[in-house]
Amino acid sequence: MNKVFPNAQEALDGVRDDMTFMLGGFGLCGIPENAISELQRRGIKNLTCISNNAGVDDFGLGLLLQSRQIKKMISSYVGENDEFERQMLSGELEVDLIPQGSLAERCRAGGAGIPAFFTPAGYGTEVGEGKEVREYNGKPHILESALTAEFAFVKAWKGDTNGNLIYKGTARNFNPVMATAGKITVAEVEELVEPGSLDPNFIQTPGIFVQRIFEGKNYEKRIEQRTTRPKA
Amino acid sequence: MALDKQQIAQRIAQELVDGWYVNLGIGIPTLVANFVPEGISVEFQSENGILGMGPFPVEGEEDADMINAGKQTVTLQDGAAIFDSSTSFAMIRGQHVQLTVLGAMEVADNGDIANWKIPGKMVKGMGGAMDLVASAENIIVAMTHTNKRGDSKLLKACTLPITGVQCVKRIVTDLAVLEVTDSDGFRLIERAPGVDVEEIVAKTEGRLIVEGDIPEMQF
Repeated sequence: MNKVFPNAQEALDGVRDDMTFMLGGFGLCGIPENAISELQRRGIKNLTCISNNAGVDDFGLGLLLQSRQIKKMISSYVGENDEFERQMLSGELEVDLIPQGSLAERCRAGGAGIPAFFTPAGYGTEVGEGKEVREYNGKPHILESALTAEFAFVKAWKGDTNGNLIYKGTARNFNPVMATAGKITVAEVEELVEPGSLDPNFIQTPGIFVQRIFEGKNYEKRIEQRTTRPKA
Repeated sequence: MALDKQQIAQRIAQELVDGWYVNLGIGIPTLVANFVPEGISVEFQSENGILGMGPFPVEGEEDADMINAGKQTVTLQDGAAIFDSSTSFAMIRGQHVQLTVLGAMEVADNGDIANWKIPGKMVKGMGGAMDLVASAENIIVAMTHTNKRGDSKLLKACTLPITGVQCVKRIVTDLAVLEVTDSDGFRLIERAPGVDVEEIVAKTEGRLIVEGDIPEMQF
């Protein structure tokens, strides 16, 4: 089966209004830039996006917020985006804020066929409201359910035509867990290579989780908080 | 004199134990890495996926693919490891990280902490804070003793939505080091150099135990 697509435009075939997407990345690091641009170009609406963050006002998922394509965000931290905060406080945007570890584990569970799990995170807080509580080892835990998505968009450093992926640095973050939880996982990579070029010992996402792959273009890789120390 | 942010971080660094894995939150906690005492070796965990985080890069060596949980560019120490988000929180939830240092807007005298939301005003999200406070065995809060209006941040009960219940063990403010007792409120451990006990008592709204002479912090 051929998983390779020439570009984002063709790799995103089938995305529609009202769908639920997962998008990898932490802040602007390791986000699927090409897929986000293509979603914006297509103008599809009423989207539910599962992503740790919501980008910044003019980059990342912030682009889809500006064009009002997102109906609901499922995230853990959205602090760097004024437009997000405005839409959320005014009620235009539905937001489900969940602890970062629970978000990662809910995606992992979704990909691993585990429908729900108990975690201590969020017990006694707004996050735990209405959720089943059970005590394990003398400590209360809340029940969290798995997350899956119709499409998962992930970004890797290198990938082969079988869909095997290797990430670079902290651009790994949510990408491997989200890759497992998409009905259709679309991987965009900086470098697409032939099978045999990547050492199987270092594959981080095995190709079974990836249905479509393409080599991305024009990565901006914007740095959110450029921080340096003086030269010694 | 009340401590500045650097001094708060410096005092917290005295709590580090050789061999610990430590997670530092955004803000004052991040500064703790600058004051690791000599002879102590710790590894910093950043929940976006680093164990063995190093200092900020020198100018020109910033890498967009290498950031910390505050989205700042960072470097790696020799022997560092990179991992995905679920592995990162396995370390945190599974109590493999020995110390968590984080900021707070309010701490209650039973150890409840609020640091993620001001209803109707500021909604940034909890990030990894709820996972960290729910599981960490040692939690030190780094914050100012009072807010910008001068109101105490050490309360009988949190007024803001809480991040975790009965989890804070120690608090280092610009005025004092306090611990949270099992059921009797805060206990004053040390005071900032030149700050008297009366000022700390006046600026602590929650129950506060003051027993005997309270030593000044040593730097």
